[in-house]
Amino acid sequence: MIEITLAHYLFLSAIIFTLGVFGIFVNRKNVIVILMSIELILLSVNINMVAFSVYLQNITGQIFTLFILTVAAAEAAIGLAILVVFFRNKGSIQVEDINSMKG
Amino acid sequence: MIAHALVFYLLSSITILSSIMVISSKNTVHSVFLLILAFVNVSCLFIMIGAEFIGMILLIVYVGAVAVLFLFVVMMLEGNFVKVKQGFLQYIPFGFFIAAVIFFELIIIIGSWQYKPEFIKTAKIAYNVKETNTEQIGKLIYTDFFLPFQLSGIILLVAMIGAILLTFRRRDNLKRQDILKQTSREREDSIELVDAESNKGVKVND
Repeated sequence: MIEITLAHYLFLSAIIFTLGVFGIFVNRKNVIVILMSIELILLSVNINMVAFSVYLQNITGQIFTLFILTVAAAEAAIGLAILVVFFRNKGSIQVEDINSMKG
Repeated sequence: MIAHALVFYLLSSITILSSIMVISSKNTVHSVFLLILAFVNVSCLFIMIGAEFIGMILLIVYVGAVAVLFLFVVMMLEGNFVKVKQGFLQYIPFGFFIAAVIFFELIIIIGSWQYKPEFIKTAKIAYNVKETNTEQIGKLIYTDFFLPFQLSGIILLVAMIGAILLTFRRRDNLKRQDILKQTSREREDSIELVDAESNKGVKVND
């Protein structure tokens, strides 16, 4: 309990990952909060990577964290751009209104 | 050691609390600010564990770029958020079920680590205590991971072009300079040589 081990970081990461997944299910109507939940999930993956990197004494995990960070930033930019375009075309960002590709 | 544990529990509890608030807050602007709080706390954890470079980069990329982007979009598209929250309770049981399954699976995975044979030392380049964290990452990223590093740059470039292309809107009511049209004008299109007879003048046909 006093000594912080790898398992502590893994627990933290598991809790944040679960909260992110839960957030996607709960906020079914708000796309922006869904995107934020995805950011939380990627953050928990980063915590996992860095914790393993430090406790296994292998710097490679931290380098892969950089790549995850890159992908997360690109994903946020593209997602928000799609959201802005959708709002411009439909005048709404409600998930219910995103049904124009329904067959 | 006890101070280390206390700081860890403080930072991680603030992270978890702010994550809960992110997904449950009624106001989306508040959600973005709480997301920033979670990112700052995790970056403090990274710095505490000895990954200073990643912690600082997390601060710069997430708080400086991604969260500001979120804030910008939220404030731009702020519509009727009261209507958005309807049906919040409807999805809680199903979401809770899925989240519980995932959480227990993760806990089982973490718990099974005590039955692991040994930590496998996969490190090609082991931790060097004499060098700083940034030095180690820099030495590896420009040698062994050069290609992935360049590819991540290309991902960012493609994302930038895609975001600009998606949000670019051409307005028709604006008069723009069309350089191709200007430079490709021929002499015959614009100038007509006419012999002007006396007392008759030239008839201009528009």
